[in-house]
Amino acid sequence: MHLTFKNKKITGVLSVLPENEIRFSEEIGNYNFTEKQSVKLGKIMGYGTQRIVDSNTCVSDLCVFGMNYLFDNNLLDKESIGALVLCTQSPDYFLPATSNVISGKIGLSQDVISMDINQGCAGFEVGLMQAFMLLDTGSIDKVVLLNADVLSKKISIKDRNSRPLVGDGATITIIENSTNNQQIDMFIKMDGSSALSLQIPAGGFKLPSSEKTRELVEDVSGNFRSLDHLVMEGDAVFNFVQTKVPQMMQNMFDTLKIDKTYFDYYLFHQPNKFMLEKLAQKMKIPYSQMPNNISQKYGNGSSITVPLNICENIGENALSNSYEVCFGGFGVGLTWSIIKWKLEKLDFCKIINF
Amino acid sequence: MKNKIIEILTEIRPEFDFNVDDTEFMSKGMLDSFDIISIVSDIEDAFGYAIDGAKILPENFDSIAAIINLIETNNQ
Repeated sequence: MHLTFKNKKITGVLSVLPENEIRFSEEIGNYNFTEKQSVKLGKIMGYGTQRIVDSNTCVSDLCVFGMNYLFDNNLLDKESIGALVLCTQSPDYFLPATSNVISGKIGLSQDVISMDINQGCAGFEVGLMQAFMLLDTGSIDKVVLLNADVLSKKISIKDRNSRPLVGDGATITIIENSTNNQQIDMFIKMDGSSALSLQIPAGGFKLPSSEKTRELVEDVSGNFRSLDHLVMEGDAVFNFVQTKVPQMMQNMFDTLKIDKTYFDYYLFHQPNKFMLEKLAQKMKIPYSQMPNNISQKYGNGSSITVPLNICENIGENALSNSYEVCFGGFGVGLTWSIIKWKLEKLDFCKIINF
Repeated sequence: MKNKIIEILTEIRPEFDFNVDDTEFMSKGMLDSFDIISIVSDIEDAFGYAIDGAKILPENFDSIAAIINLIETNNQ
């Protein structure tokens, strides 16, 4: 699916990361592998440090903290917000929507639309799509897109495949109507036939959490996890990314009659160092144009990695320069999407600690 | 090439004798998807070129013969 939008701009990005940092090197003893094996894999995958929330912190806490920071520092006018879109897969509650909870805590008007989206690694792109559609109603001039997850709570600490990769956090992206007359091209696909290749099997209505689903079981590789934990068919997901994303990129180049030199930055989701390196190799994109440092430094925070990528790798330069960027997200769903957009000068672009 | 591959596999999974047991690595549980990542890295270091990410599939690492075939076709 190729979607086009016009006259929209991002005016600010704020990343909110928990202050608590854990290190792979300090958790090697949790895993059912020799230290040598884990160190070797860690170097290849980029296992480094991760930001992880404490047991009491939820998505709404991170988002409310970030929103209040913007209000308190006069970076965002509360009265100007028309809609609050939250993309998360670790909501505070089954119901109500966590965005409604956030709206209440930060005191938004009853005319502000709040809505949750259940998407993960392509959640920034899907969230932008929703923001564009809200802006196209003509009744809303500013959308706040919240991407937030605390999925570390759903990862077994004895799962070496997932635990060293996960990160928690939130990002706040402001999207507004503009008169810039620029077209945004979005390409998106979803493969529901492979939906369960990345899942948390228990805890929903299909298989409620129970004593049985909470039992840790050893998999064939030696990792321990329960049915309440996140599990991934690693080889299937890896191959999906390596085949589908380059195809979509080529389709974009052909459709828009541009080539890979068009973009200043490829700001992609960063599941792990190895996967993104392979993707860059496949598409022959220099590493300098496709930053690959988020998962090693902060962990894979699902839909936050792309906006966090903007803050980490463009940072204050985004306040005085504009860039041709390609956003890319891929993962749970399975969902994959790329967006061609000109990132104009931002009003703010920074990372704060929670 | 075969000896180097066996050396790489043995370093990653020293509990198996890859000289004797040289097929069906995945179905027998001798290797998993994260072992494959280590193998890819070692092969790239040993033979000096990058393996196409789309070819990093379990079936291409299921036997010594499959790995040799992957390297030879990747190098063409």
